Amino acid sequence: MQEVLNIICDETLTYSQQLLALARLAESFDHSLELSDELVEAKKEGIICDLNEGNAPYRPRYICPNYSILMEKGSEFLQLNPPKDLYEALNSLLIMYRHVPSITSFPVYLGTLDELLEPFILKETRENAKKALGLFLLNIDRTLCDSFVHADLSGKDTVTARMILELTMEMQLAIPNLTVKYNPDVTSDDFMKLCIECMLKTAKPSFANDKMFRSEWGDKYAIASCYNGLREGGGGFTLPRLRMYECSLKANDADDFIDNVLPHYAAIMLKMMDDRIAFIVEKSSFFKSNFLVKEHFVELDNFTGMFGMVGLAECCNHLLGIKDPNKGYGNNPEADALGVRIMERLHDIVGKHEAKYAANFDHHYRLHAQVGIDSDGRENSPGARIPIGSEPSMPKQIMHSCLFHKYFETGIGDIFKFEETWVNTPDALIDIIKGAIKNGMRYFSGYLENNDVVRVTGYLVKKSELAKLDAGKQSLNNVSIFGKGARDCSDALDRRIVGDHEGSR
Amino acid sequence: MKAHVNRIIEFSNVDGPGNRMAIFFQKCPFKCLYCHNPETINHCINCGECVKTCPVGALEMIEGKVIWHKDKCVNCDTCIHTCKNLASPKIDMLSVDDILERIIYEKDFIQGITVSGGECMESAEFITELFKEVKKLGLTCFTDSNGFYLFEDYPELLKYMDYCMLDVKAYDNDFHKVLCGRDNTNVLRNLKYLQNINKLYEVRTVILKDHKEENEKTVREVVKHLNPDIRYKLIKYRPFGVREEGLEILGHSITDDEEIERLKKIATDLGHRNIIIV
Repeated sequence: MQEVLNIICDETLTYSQQLLALARLAESFDHSLELSDELVEAKKEGIICDLNEGNAPYRPRYICPNYSILMEKGSEFLQLNPPKDLYEALNSLLIMYRHVPSITSFPVYLGTLDELLEPFILKETRENAKKALGLFLLNIDRTLCDSFVHADLSGKDTVTARMILELTMEMQLAIPNLTVKYNPDVTSDDFMKLCIECMLKTAKPSFANDKMFRSEWGDKYAIASCYNGLREGGGGFTLPRLRMYECSLKANDADDFIDNVLPHYAAIMLKMMDDRIAFIVEKSSFFKSNFLVKEHFVELDNFTGMFGMVGLAECCNHLLGIKDPNKGYGNNPEADALGVRIMERLHDIVGKHEAKYAANFDHHYRLHAQVGIDSDGRENSPGARIPIGSEPSMPKQIMHSCLFHKYFETGIGDIFKFEETWVNTPDALIDIIKGAIKNGMRYFSGYLENNDVVRVTGYLVKKSELAKLDAGKQSLNNVSIFGKGARDCSDALDRRIVGDHEGSR
Repeated sequence: MKAHVNRIIEFSNVDGPGNRMAIFFQKCPFKCLYCHNPETINHCINCGECVKTCPVGALEMIEGKVIWHKDKCVNCDTCIHTCKNLASPKIDMLSVDDILERIIYEKDFIQGITVSGGECMESAEFITELFKEVKKLGLTCFTDSNGFYLFEDYPELLKYMDYCMLDVKAYDNDFHKVLCGRDNTNVLRNLKYLQNINKLYEVRTVILKDHKEENEKTVREVVKHLNPDIRYKLIKYRPFGVREEGLEILGHSITDDEEIERLKKIATDLGHRNIIIV
């Protein structure tokens, strides 16, 4: 049991990190979920990856409770009455957050905060409201120590949203991740300006294409974890991923890949998802006894499976024999066209698979562009992104994103790193974000190159926290270690910088 | 009709309001000592010197003309450093439609276009045609000009131009001649005229490091002649990219904060309400 002892003796892990590591180890001892030989082989070859979900999943990977029930009815299990004022509302939320499971054991969705809190905020003096909200955010940062904890803002210009953005700038916290649901018909330019000021200071919020998500998920949707679109009052059962580069190594050419190899491995992964979801729903206790289910904070039918993939760029480049990434996917119409062909096929395969659950989605799973994990190195770029260092000029990169974002209902996003001059020109950034959303970009993130809080692949880390790990010290945030890995193995912080003069000739 | 285009910047946040496409036309009647892109001043005379120094064979002399092979070029700028004529072999001859195609590609991302240079008014006829088309897309059209050519002589252009961003490099005519090689009479006339027709977006002056008297004179006079709400941008002299003869006269270091703040205060005390330091 050397692994147990290693965790127990690791001085760089905090107590709660040790506890979670030990729990993950324990899960791996159960083998009641049977794996086909094909799946075992595909996992061994690195073609299919279960993203550390463990052998025996005992909760859905991502849970997005409908917190408005807590505001309206309270919770019997938590013994909470409906809150009467801001203090009770914030306290109830903090209590409930501790009881929302997920793959990370921290809640990946905190609710659309301005919608939940606005009625309470408006009843307080500005000073009291800001003080209470500041303590709420501090509590989240220090107790929900994981950058996949994610809060949403409605996109409306609300007092609460403005206050959260002001506090976010003042406090410089990595947690929670923050999304503004941007809708040009609803979100004012004046409010956008504040969002952008905040983004350039703290690497958040990001901007979700509200119209696009609503058209796919209905009005009640959540952006959770990195940038995952899901149904509120539901979530994502599981998220395994196809590593497209490794997958492409099995094909003789592009046609063979699209006609044979991709359908073959997609079928293996879909079967794996069916099995895991059946295990979560039918075997584990979550959907039978958890208070979230019993009190209708979530409904089984509002969950779906997330079919993840990484490395579309490297897959296309390999199939076309392109060695230099600067001349491949993202910078080469032929490679991009192949990418579209592959995604059309994969979207079709996943869309046609009949699932037992996911009833509110016509029994279908949905695609996800996974952001990668540190062990992917440089062989599989996140989702459908262009490899780091090979990004074309910003307009071309955005247009490229727009080609692919429509396929990934459960999330895809692109990140842009800006130079200092953009701080003085929020109007220019509003123009760019509006244009991106209008052209079909699903999710836009940006940050300033010199800031402490930076976006790695989808989540946020503090560079100062990475420095602690570099020095062999502990970091309170569970995700700092992923950030360190992504920086060291995938050069994830070295993406091209957007200057004041973008693209030439 | 085609124009000599030195460079197109797809997204620029420093060439007018919002995000814009900036188009840099070749050739300028001035020869400013502090010019940061002196390779935009003259048209290429096909002397062929750069063909000899290009390290990747991207330049070739064909029938007496220097031809630039874009696909081989690695943008090392050796040609530009070689050129004694303040020109560049890396010029695209573009039609209005060529540029328009690129504007349409990114029109959802920009508020408009800004034509710059060189001196964009060297290509006034071309710009008029370009603006005419760009206005149809619902975008704004700005000129970034040194004011050497009189805008009042181009009524057709003014129909389509939303605003001009005007450089006033020096008020004293003799000093202006030293600095830019040409007279400033037209510049000052444009300063007045563009305000009268409501098409002046901003005025810019580069504040020099060791010419306090000239700096002050220019700032005082500009403020005296400028609507106090029109943006006046004071730009620090920066030696980066400045050619040797400029460095000899203007120095190797950036204008200090103290000097630029002094001038800002003078302008503010004179009642100007919109001063920006860059």
